[in-house]
Amino acid sequence: MTTIKLDKFCLVAAIAALLALIFPLSGVDPESGKQIAFVSDISGIAVAMALCVIAGAAFTWLGVGHIQYAAIILVVAVFGCWQAIAALYDYGIAGHAGTGFWLFILSLWAFVWRGIDVVARYRSLEMAKQQSANILVPIAFGVWLLFLWEVIVAGFGVPQVLLPAPSAIGLRFISSTDILAADFQQTFIKAVISGYVIGCGSAFIVAIAVDRVPFLKRGLLPLGNMVSALPIIGVAPIMVMWFGFDWQSKAAVIVIMTFFPMLVNTVTGLNAAGALEKDLMATYASGYWSTLFRLRLPAAMPFVFNALKINSTLALIGAIVAEFFGTPIVGMGFRISTEVGRMNVDMVWAEIALAALAGTAFYGAVAYVERKATSWHPSFRVRRH
Amino acid sequence: MTLKAVVNNVAQMPASADAVVDIQKLSLTFQTADGPVYALSDVDLKIERGEFVSFIGPSGCGKTTLLRVIADLEKATGGDISINGVSPQEARENRAYGYVFQAPALLPWRSIERNVTLPLEIMEISREERIKRGHEALKLVELNGFEKKFPWQLSGGMQQRASIARALSFDADLLLMDEPFGALDEIVRDHLNEQLLKLWARTNKTVAFVTHSIPEAVYLSTKIVVMSPRPGRIIDVIKTDFPKDRGLDIRETPEFLEVAHRVREGLRAGHSYDE
Repeated sequence: MTTIKLDKFCLVAAIAALLALIFPLSGVDPESGKQIAFVSDISGIAVAMALCVIAGAAFTWLGVGHIQYAAIILVVAVFGCWQAIAALYDYGIAGHAGTGFWLFILSLWAFVWRGIDVVARYRSLEMAKQQSANILVPIAFGVWLLFLWEVIVAGFGVPQVLLPAPSAIGLRFISSTDILAADFQQTFIKAVISGYVIGCGSAFIVAIAVDRVPFLKRGLLPLGNMVSALPIIGVAPIMVMWFGFDWQSKAAVIVIMTFFPMLVNTVTGLNAAGALEKDLMATYASGYWSTLFRLRLPAAMPFVFNALKINSTLALIGAIVAEFFGTPIVGMGFRISTEVGRMNVDMVWAEIALAALAGTAFYGAVAYVERKATSWHPSFRVRRH
Repeated sequence: MTLKAVVNNVAQMPASADAVVDIQKLSLTFQTADGPVYALSDVDLKIERGEFVSFIGPSGCGKTTLLRVIADLEKATGGDISINGVSPQEARENRAYGYVFQAPALLPWRSIERNVTLPLEIMEISREERIKRGHEALKLVELNGFEKKFPWQLSGGMQQRASIARALSFDADLLLMDEPFGALDEIVRDHLNEQLLKLWARTNKTVAFVTHSIPEAVYLSTKIVVMSPRPGRIIDVIKTDFPKDRGLDIRETPEFLEVAHRVREGLRAGHSYDE
């Protein structure tokens, strides 16, 4: 007797969609005392639910062994998501979503989970196919989270001041690109980039000096440790007093924040070259600078890039927080603090989205350079065969 | 062909003016928290030009330390040592020797070619010349065609051959090798021994070779230095007279076994097992 292995996620999806057809789609309108909408009123969502039942039942039996099946599941889920959004906004369910609606979302969740799971485990020897699968997973996951956010905010009618829907944030983002561009220019291009370059660059040079001069290592490293422990909230107003309202004071805060991680990592990295390699260089009568450039700095690169990655996110945080303490009337931190006061929460979220995008892109760029520069490192080399 | 192993004690032979390495009453003591460690004591040794000298002995007998003193990676605390008539430090600064370590010590961010030409780069030799000499060195160890590969893409034996090519690339007359084949399997080791011997016969370099394998020492050397631990000292120097173009098959001849036996006796005499 062969045991039949049922696909649990598809089973959940099928049952949830079936129940969604039975349970009420929405709550009761308090004024008229009538149900706002029934499944039978909205053909789109009814079709989507029926599709989910069919697909769920079919794949419970078949299993989702092939990437093609996963594609079918995801297409059904995308159609379902579209119909759910349409039902929310076009049929007035927003704010009144009922059990049936949430069961339908649960069904979609099960489908998306199973579909992404299959794509994530997809292995192909063809680079193009594998890479598209690798890219699809985080995108699909991100889009699903945004959908969930949208549906929960709209379905429960969450007040905009508490949490705006992603669509509202997106609209605000698109409609105020000029303000966002000016803020980005002020905070990121001027303050973050210059602070990051000055902070990381000076720490790198100081690290080489510290490594060369023993008393600096004993004297400066503990001091650097103390500076890094300074609370940024306390330092920022002082920097504003010293360097003025414009981006220079923000850059100064970033320099303080990024200096120590870079210093410590570079000093550690400079000691990463093994005794054997140092002996090897000694047998060639290699001088200090020759050994530094040919052996010790290349060996330190993984550590240096580690610090550069840590600092890429620290720098943005530093700039935004520092802008809370005085700034000309432009900048991401300035915008966040003033728009919160004016209850324009969607604008705050648009700035947060901008910061997230800029931070991710910055980190990604540093990580990309790292991969190119230290492709020899064991953590990357497997990909080169 | 007479395969007569002339076994005599070199320590009593007259000193030659052509000594590459001349060591007299050398001692080295490491100061540690547990008291002094006598790594080398009262070592006398001459290595003539064109010789292949093996240092053999149990772990901790100071054979690697002795090689490191010759290479100026370690400073002697007593006695005299001269390399080509000058101090080890001057010899190192003149790039008088190529050193092959126990591990390949190839830099992972450099291709094989750029690893092999690393010493030439440090010596500020022009790019064309570097590439030319790199090719020659790689050909000597039969690694031509692997120039653009990275160290981790090569097997352990190939990596060690690349490190030998690196030591050969700047054509130093003296080659110091510290158990270069210690981590390799028997077959690869035999093959590399054969190649090394051919290389030595062709280039007429002077080789100092640390090992703990008796067959390897006897097969490769013109002179075998047997050492014993605590304190590290030389207890026997055995000179052999196998032809330069010997093959691996001489290892079965009575002469070979005779020398191997004498080395074993020396090792046994210098080693007490009740420690």
